[in-house]
Amino acid sequence: MVNAILAIGALAGGFGLILGYAAIRFRVEGDPVVDQIDAILPQTQCAQCGYPGCRPYAEAIAAGEADINQCPPGGEAGIQALADLLGREPKPLSAEHGEESEPTVAVIDEQHCIGCTLCIQACPVDAILGAPKQMHTVIESECTGCELCIEPCPVDCIYMVPVGEDITTWRWPYPAATSTGQPEPDTAEA
Amino acid sequence: MVDHPHKLWRFHGGLHLEAHKDISTGEPVHIMRVPRHVVLPLRQHIGEAAEPQVSIGERVDKGQVIARGSGYISSPVHASTSGTVVAIEDRLAPHPSGLSVPSIVIETDGRDHWADCSRTAMPDYAGVEPAVIRSRVREAGIVGLGGAAFPTAVKLNPRPGQQIDTVILNGAECEPYITCDDMLMREQPAEILEGLRIIRHALQARRCLIGIEDNKPEAYQALCKALGDEEADGIRIVQVPTIYPAGGEKQLIKVLTGQEVPSQGLPSDIGIVCQNVGTAASIYRAVVHGQPMVSRVVTVTGNGVRRPRNLEVLLGTPIRELIADCGGYSQDPQRLIMGGPMMGFALHTDEVPAVKGTNCILVADSDEVSEPRPAMPCIRCGACTEACPANLLPQQLYWHARSKDFDKAQDYSLFDCIECGCCAYVCPSNLPLVQYYRFAKTEIWKQERDRQKADLARQRYELRLERKEREEREKAERHARKKSAVKQAPDSDKKQQIEAARERARQRKAARAPESEGGEEDDPEHKAGTG
Repeated sequence: MVNAILAIGALAGGFGLILGYAAIRFRVEGDPVVDQIDAILPQTQCAQCGYPGCRPYAEAIAAGEADINQCPPGGEAGIQALADLLGREPKPLSAEHGEESEPTVAVIDEQHCIGCTLCIQACPVDAILGAPKQMHTVIESECTGCELCIEPCPVDCIYMVPVGEDITTWRWPYPAATSTGQPEPDTAEA
Repeated sequence: MVDHPHKLWRFHGGLHLEAHKDISTGEPVHIMRVPRHVVLPLRQHIGEAAEPQVSIGERVDKGQVIARGSGYISSPVHASTSGTVVAIEDRLAPHPSGLSVPSIVIETDGRDHWADCSRTAMPDYAGVEPAVIRSRVREAGIVGLGGAAFPTAVKLNPRPGQQIDTVILNGAECEPYITCDDMLMREQPAEILEGLRIIRHALQARRCLIGIEDNKPEAYQALCKALGDEEADGIRIVQVPTIYPAGGEKQLIKVLTGQEVPSQGLPSDIGIVCQNVGTAASIYRAVVHGQPMVSRVVTVTGNGVRRPRNLEVLLGTPIRELIADCGGYSQDPQRLIMGGPMMGFALHTDEVPAVKGTNCILVADSDEVSEPRPAMPCIRCGACTEACPANLLPQQLYWHARSKDFDKAQDYSLFDCIECGCCAYVCPSNLPLVQYYRFAKTEIWKQERDRQKADLARQRYELRLERKEREEREKAERHARKKSAVKQAPDSDKKQQIEAARERARQRKAARAPESEGGEEDDPEHKAGTG
């Protein structure tokens, strides 16, 4: 009886020491969940979620302060991925944060640009090139379409255009819905 | 004849299809007249688009470089005939999307005048470095003529440490209706063999194999006659059984050598390079005669055209003119297909030009195409798995592609699918299986592009935050420095100045005192000193 208690006690003590050592020796720096969430977010840095960027939103989700359906650019696919990662139920995009739309990029009407640099300061990814009293232009390949440069422009010379499709980015459509077991959605009733 | 037959292997699956090849082999290859306009897309293959090197109104000669690419996987574009550049604009491309690509339009002058090619000709290529031959092939704009149009110079450049043992020339041409390689082998066997010798020299390969399906005896005979025997000079001509898709690169390698290309790998990983026979003939013209690739043989066939035959076509010739040269459409043209019936894609219009990858124009009439029968639920019969020549599980790929579970689809080696269409052909439920795989592949590519873009944005966002923080810090530091400078520097300065002024005033007083009693009171320096 005493032997058994001693043996179990020794084992518990030994494992406790090992665990305690491992907790210090193999300590995980940072919060990997935040990184994983951040990897899913589209990095538009548009702040539509109510946080100043994608990483702050990721931190808020990890801390349980924000819901997973506040990112319109990520869309349904993004919510699905977040739900899978966090083991939650996917839910529809929250309407108050905006709706999913086609990807766009900002274009500056260079005829009207006065070179005030306000848009340059607003751009979260430094995708606008220019200098005071010099014409500005958007580096199209680096623009995330966040629309944050629209508001500060004093002469309203920035507008969003949809990203065009060319033969390198073209995608085959999903095969036409046919009788593969599911009934066709009834659209006749309006 | 050689007494020992070449040992052949069998690839998994495949189909026996009706060939329909004799429709277009009745006549020799007809050299088409120069069209009024040629339209040369600046993006004819995967890799980077080419940049125009000419301006509107400029006269160009046949074979002149009119656009150039900058990346490794790129290939220059040459004027396919002489004339004047009349436009550089977006034109409809022969592509399943029906989208436009930037193109150069040349109004031809009908003289078809060659630029001087003698400078680039290397008739005695055997003494030339392989690297020089590679750059000649690249400069000549040669891409694979089997349909995928991959720049050939890249294939001729094995990775460091890779030894190419075998060169395989692909003359299988397994897809029904297509006969352009067949006719080329019948009519230009010597050029093809010479091109093969150049490839062998460029790769320093040991042996060469030419694979021809046994439904093309004339092509086989012609090549044997040109070589002198079935096997000579380290080249072996082999007839392979006619099974679709024996002309697939990996399938032909398996049939001829018994080796399998690893999943997601390249033939060069196992020491093999596979080239199309038409590519070999182009390499011959590029190296020995210095002529870039400006034309190709195109099969115009199907019951929807009056006089099906093979044409030697200048690149950029509109499909409409190819059809006209073959007697025009018959009574009942139903569908215009670029490529063959199994792997080709429907063209929306005949206004698009023939490009380097255009091997066949199939005009199908109503007997040849039927409306796709309605797709039924999958009954899990497994017929697709038996037919798949890539040894995949098409049914699993279908479930995952249909539910957009792309990770799972990739786990089942989606990217080893060659889109041959065997699975869809045998499917008793008429499921458009290949369409699902194509959809999944392009979606995965899009996700990959999005991910790269997100990574770039994240990096730039973080760099910006870092920069702002640094600027903030520097600003604060500057501010602090200035503040302390304002606090100390002027104080001590002023004190010193005052002290110095007082000192000077004292000295002056001391100097003046002995001379005169009543000194001047309003000494400016003294004033400054007290002020």
